[in-house]
Amino acid sequence: MFTWDKRWEVVIGLEVHAQLQTKSKIFSGSSIAYGAEANTQASAVDIALPGVLPVMNLEAARLAVKFGLAIGAHINQRNVFARKNYFYPDLPKGYQISQMELPIVGFGEMDIETPEGPKTIGITRAHLEEDAGKSLHEDFHGQTGIDLNRAGTPLLEIVSEPDMRSPAEAVTYLRKLHSLVRYIEICDGNMQEGSFRCDANVSIRPRGQEALGTRTELKNINSFRFVERAMEYEIERQIDILEEGGSITQETRLYDSDKHETRSMRSKEEAHDYRYFPDPDLPPMILEDSFLDEVRATLPELPTAKKERFQNEFGLSLDDAETLTADRQTADFFETVSKSTKAESKIVANWMSGELFANLNKSELEISDSPIDTSQFALLLDRIADKTLSGNTAKKVFAALWDQEGDVDSIIEAKGLKQITDTGAIEAVVDDVIAACPEQVQQFKDGNEKVIGFLVGQVMKQSRGKANPQMANEMLLAKLV
Amino acid sequence: MTITTLATLAADLDSGKRSSVEITQDYLNRIKHSDHNAFISVNEELALTQAKSADEKRANGDSSPLLGVPVAQKDIFCIDGTQTTCGSKILENFVAPYTATVVGNMQSQGVISMGKTNMDEFAMGSSNETSYFGGVNNPWRSTAKGYENKNLVPGGSSGGSAAAVSALLAPAATGTDTGGSIRQPAAFCNLTGIKPSYGRCSRYGMIAFASSLDQAGPMTHTAEDAALLLNTMVGFDAKDSTSLNVPAEDFTASLNDSLEGLRIGLPKEFFGEGLDSEMATIIETAVKQFESLGATIKEVSLPNSHLALPSYYVIAPAEASSNLSRFDGVRYGFRAEEYSDLDDMYTKTRSEGFGDEVKRRIMIGAYALSSGYYDAYYSQAQKLRRLISNDFTCAFTECDVIMGPTTPSPAFEAGSRSDDPVSMYLNDIYTIPANLAGLPAGSIPAGFTSNGLPTGLHLITPYLQEAKMLNIAHKFQQTTDWHTRVAPTAIGGSQ
Repeated sequence: MFTWDKRWEVVIGLEVHAQLQTKSKIFSGSSIAYGAEANTQASAVDIALPGVLPVMNLEAARLAVKFGLAIGAHINQRNVFARKNYFYPDLPKGYQISQMELPIVGFGEMDIETPEGPKTIGITRAHLEEDAGKSLHEDFHGQTGIDLNRAGTPLLEIVSEPDMRSPAEAVTYLRKLHSLVRYIEICDGNMQEGSFRCDANVSIRPRGQEALGTRTELKNINSFRFVERAMEYEIERQIDILEEGGSITQETRLYDSDKHETRSMRSKEEAHDYRYFPDPDLPPMILEDSFLDEVRATLPELPTAKKERFQNEFGLSLDDAETLTADRQTADFFETVSKSTKAESKIVANWMSGELFANLNKSELEISDSPIDTSQFALLLDRIADKTLSGNTAKKVFAALWDQEGDVDSIIEAKGLKQITDTGAIEAVVDDVIAACPEQVQQFKDGNEKVIGFLVGQVMKQSRGKANPQMANEMLLAKLV
Repeated sequence: MTITTLATLAADLDSGKRSSVEITQDYLNRIKHSDHNAFISVNEELALTQAKSADEKRANGDSSPLLGVPVAQKDIFCIDGTQTTCGSKILENFVAPYTATVVGNMQSQGVISMGKTNMDEFAMGSSNETSYFGGVNNPWRSTAKGYENKNLVPGGSSGGSAAAVSALLAPAATGTDTGGSIRQPAAFCNLTGIKPSYGRCSRYGMIAFASSLDQAGPMTHTAEDAALLLNTMVGFDAKDSTSLNVPAEDFTASLNDSLEGLRIGLPKEFFGEGLDSEMATIIETAVKQFESLGATIKEVSLPNSHLALPSYYVIAPAEASSNLSRFDGVRYGFRAEEYSDLDDMYTKTRSEGFGDEVKRRIMIGAYALSSGYYDAYYSQAQKLRRLISNDFTCAFTECDVIMGPTTPSPAFEAGSRSDDPVSMYLNDIYTIPANLAGLPAGSIPAGFTSNGLPTGLHLITPYLQEAKMLNIAHKFQQTTDWHTRVAPTAIGGSQ
């Protein structure tokens, strides 16, 4: 618990830039694939040759509308591109085409879970804009290289209301947003490659005060961990200043993750006057009702709806439903397995949250890259349900499946893990154990019922784990009572 | 010496009287003998290659109307592999790696590009004096005592194109018109110049001055030539989002339609203070000529036209200030030789690379868009623009065409107004409203002053009615011969 909770209230709003998963740039036909050789994906339009003009890529509008519909936002069916004017070498036209007064997506909301219960975060707007290129400061002998491959990549800037009251809350919102954009497949969410970037507006005010304090804008935070740390650092910095009687300067600050500090990039006085005005090269974008309907039809079931359905349809707990709907691939995996296995959904959930996630995490793999596919996973759970495998032997099979040693049944066969469910065979072992452990048998008969566990263990040991433990248990009880 | 029209050249080519190579070579020779400074660059080799190819196509049965006809291109159009300067030092050594759609359209119809004509820097000017490549001499001279040897300006910004056609260095040329840059030089040089409806010609590859106003058009001797050339220039272009997707039209089809019953509107605001009285008389006489063709004349009003100039001088510089930001020395074009850091590189590159008029307009535009002034200037100017546009809608309920003078006065002496921007801006007072409203407009030769200087009659028709305007102009030219007069310093050909 930080000290700011007592006297200071934290106010955070986030601006997220999500790179839209189109094939080509927002105003030109160039590819947006990541990692190409410098300037090989920069056309005449992207490098802003004299006389070239932008042409809107409708796919970017489609993805933006998809987001708007997913958060129940107002869609501005007439929206306008504006020029944001400033000079920088990686900004070829000397202006960025963005949206100012009439963004494509208007006000919407998103619910998040906090330790104090559910909370609604307002999303002020989301607008389309083009990304800038990159300045490369290494390998140019004191000069700067410019790579314009990224210039013109479509971005959706999602601006929240200043509704968050702690860095943890902000991160919860950010994760939810990150999950949503991937869910609806408008952004790959890759933070390392910059496909999902976050700027945070942070201010503090004395508790009870209504007026907002002076804010600073934190830039350059490119992981969930750094977002939280950067905000924590910045809040401490602001509190220190105010408690020493100083005042906060409205400015943009950069977070340095190596030094764990923020430092001033430019103050309000140095702030650009972007001289926004409607771009005369692009007429207002008019979105017909039919376009919206078309996009609506492509919306998948959204996380909240899916979470509720998983609880109702599969009888999952809220926690399990939450975990299994965190991303679409996980939810699809669960649903596919549940529908094809004889095992109960609860067992599916347990095995996914347990063995599967643990192994995926250890190998740093996404569920879509899992070496065990849904059909083998379902079969594994079938073999538990039909008592071929016990929990323990199933784990051995899981490990073998993970290492791609074969399919479920061939692994069971090869490792001789088939559970013994034949009454006669188990009875023989049970009789052996009773004969071999007279001391424990006597203890049981004297009323120490716990010793039954030891005896079952002996049965399992003698059968090399293959005996059905439940049957062994029942048989022991029948013979001893 | 007589003018040679595109129609004549096309007929000669068609009949086999002359080849495209012969015609092109003839004009290239004239260009060499001219001292009008009408061209910034001439592409002799490229032109002759295109001419040769046109002759071959004709031999193979291609009968495109202007196949093999050479023209001059304003140096605002990018043409693949050629120097494209826009009249500026900042693009002095820029070689375009692609071709403007308008030029591409013309070339696909077999029209030959001989070279790039001089122009005011980035099309900002009304005298061609802001060109980094020097002023252009108007082929016309005043006959007034003491003026016989004085150079007059050809108008601007398409001054090089106007001078080239007027001096018979090219049978026709392209121009662009943001506030009068085709029509005012056409008037000063005794030509027919047409600014089509906004969106008719693609702006792709045409270096932008003010995107919401810029429009390319033909500059020719006759209305018939303008129709022929315009046919090859227009067309929807997916690369320009402001390009009009309208069915193709043959602008020559209705040239000879009767003008019986045509209603001509004369806005009283275009005949008031500031108009040279001799010119007023010439225009009134020209308009009267239409009565004999069956037209009726009535006074109309464009009550907000006095707001056009102030509105234009906010909107155009605002757009220009942003459009010209790409000329920053980073990727192409001129870069200052010495600089201490990035900001210094920008400052020096743009200070040294742009001329005074361009800098003036960038500063006006940046100011008009800056925070705290936007509402007072840019927003206000856009409102005025709508009022001006509404004026035309009203006026066109009473008339089919609006006529008036193209300019308040005839061509003036070089240097006489270059220190007074406002008097220079007043040149465009009659032409700007059509740009603000996006309407087609043109200037045609209407007669000469007592000092022998050409005067332009200005025509404005409703949206997309270029064909009507060309019909009106053509019928006028059938009954007058002003457009056939040859400028005193024109260069004779070999025909």
